[in-house]
Amino acid sequence: MATVTQAAKRKRTFGEWASSRDGQKIFVMAAFMIIPLLLLFTFTYLPFAEMFGFSFYKMKYIGARKFIGLDNYVKVFERKDCFGALKLSLYYMGGSIVQLALSLYLATVLSFKVKGGSIFKGFMFFPYLINGIAIGFIFKFFYTRGFVFDTVLQWCGFELENLPYWLKDQSINNISLVGTSVWRYFGQNMVLFIGAIMSVDSELYEAAMLDGANRFQQFKYIIMPSIKTIITLNVILSITGSLSAFEPPYVITSGANGTGTYFVVMHEIAHTQQKVGLASAMAIVLLLIIMTVTVLQKLFFKYVFKNAEDEDLNATAKRDKKLAKMAQRKAGR
Amino acid sequence: MTVVQKLGKFITIFLKYFSLVFFSFVAVLPIISCVITAFKTDREYQQTNVMVLPESWLNFDNFVQAFQKANMGRAFINSTIILVCVLIVSVFVGTQLAYVLNRFKFPGNGLIRNLFLFASLLPGVAMQVAVYEIMYNLHFINSLIGYIIMMCGTDVISIYIYIQFFENIDVSLDESAIVDGASYFTIFYKILLPLLKPAIVTSCILKGVGTYNEYYSANLYLQDKKNLPTVATSLYTFVGPLGSKYNLICAGVIISLLPALIVFITCQKQIYSGLTAGSVKG
Repeated sequence: MATVTQAAKRKRTFGEWASSRDGQKIFVMAAFMIIPLLLLFTFTYLPFAEMFGFSFYKMKYIGARKFIGLDNYVKVFERKDCFGALKLSLYYMGGSIVQLALSLYLATVLSFKVKGGSIFKGFMFFPYLINGIAIGFIFKFFYTRGFVFDTVLQWCGFELENLPYWLKDQSINNISLVGTSVWRYFGQNMVLFIGAIMSVDSELYEAAMLDGANRFQQFKYIIMPSIKTIITLNVILSITGSLSAFEPPYVITSGANGTGTYFVVMHEIAHTQQKVGLASAMAIVLLLIIMTVTVLQKLFFKYVFKNAEDEDLNATAKRDKKLAKMAQRKAGR
Repeated sequence: MTVVQKLGKFITIFLKYFSLVFFSFVAVLPIISCVITAFKTDREYQQTNVMVLPESWLNFDNFVQAFQKANMGRAFINSTIILVCVLIVSVFVGTQLAYVLNRFKFPGNGLIRNLFLFASLLPGVAMQVAVYEIMYNLHFINSLIGYIIMMCGTDVISIYIYIQFFENIDVSLDESAIVDGASYFTIFYKILLPLLKPAIVTSCILKGVGTYNEYYSANLYLQDKKNLPTVATSLYTFVGPLGSKYNLICAGVIISLLPALIVFITCQKQIYSGLTAGSVKG
């Protein structure tokens, strides 16, 4: 490097000047990229590779390791508490559908003129900013027998004897946990959707109003098409998120009474039982599943939206016509 | 307008506000109930229903006790140190990387972007199984510096916010500076970095909230709860023998929420726009 710049100073031909710039460029690139890439390597790709290696061993963090081939993978599918735990993801998927629908509805309502809109928005968003362990305590308290939730239900006319134990009763406790996750994230989703809806050109609404479209039609023909990218993204995220559900059971029930999701079981196996090989195999299996699901979803949406985009062209043409009409009317006056 | 139309309009408006009030109530109810309980004395807590208001709103005994028992003074100091270091490092690292990725064309540019994107797909909890081994070998367990270094790692969302922002800064600005003989370092630090300020604020808020609230890795790598608690992990004190003294626990929870609440009230707009910017691109 240094020699390059010195050379450039001595002979100021155009070629030398360019090469010194190039030299500088490479130096800047190296200086600016080395730290992030090093961090990425050390804390993401190196552990990823190691984990893959671990999954073929019977091992603890410290001590001897024994190569056992694919045994860990066989165990993942055989042990009832491992693969079976993935069934709980269905609850979380159900929850995320409710969450998406709810936040889409609230976002639509809040995107138009509403009295006190920003206060409502703030209230519903704030749970997203609370740390996980605090949420754990809040909901342990909330669901305790005879405490907050039961009291509110009693105000609504329910009898305490008829209410289940929200965190112990195995027929309902997973739903209680999913509820906390919906509680935490629906406001955040709503804010995302409001952002997307706000980016729609407001002239479109005016044009639609002039044409006599009602709110539902506005939602279907203007809002939905413009925010489908972000909806798609959230659907993909929510399904992969459901497969890797972790926080609600970890902080509230510690996975007791049949609430242990796949990752809670994996955490227990890795850090309490110290069966690092088995836990690594579990992680790899789930990663493969998540990747497959993501790719399938991407393909699915690509296919669906390819058709939808053709329709879109028509819709845009129609919109343009409407806008032109509107302009004419204005000009006519 | 006919009567039917008027009635219809009235019902829609009613439903709109009813749903907003209802879901806002659902969102704040768990927090409100905690606030109520945090002000109760032990006797009140045992004898009254949880939703009955406390006798005195000036009873701060629980807050004082929770603060001392959970060693929260130390926790706030640690959390502040972590927050400041992580934010400073990640702003420099993130903006520099985004600058290179956006302004220079070189083989591997796309690859590096994809490496970061792919990293964001890997679920964090699963990765910690092996990250733990690496932290152990680097002697980073129970080390504040080690924890900070780990937390500075991959953060796709900030990088994407920066890249997006760079795209909107005209390249002719760089080019004219190059003609004037400025080095790339000068261009970056003197010209571009100041322009990036809004993006830096946005990503700092997002990253800051994430870092402050992080408890899983804090719990895993800062096991010395006496000297190295963070605000999130200090709440663990209440697991165990204190586990049913909810008036104390609620006070602790409320204390841990306050910084987030203050940031939220003062920077509401940036938080919303940061979230939207991050997700649309990511």
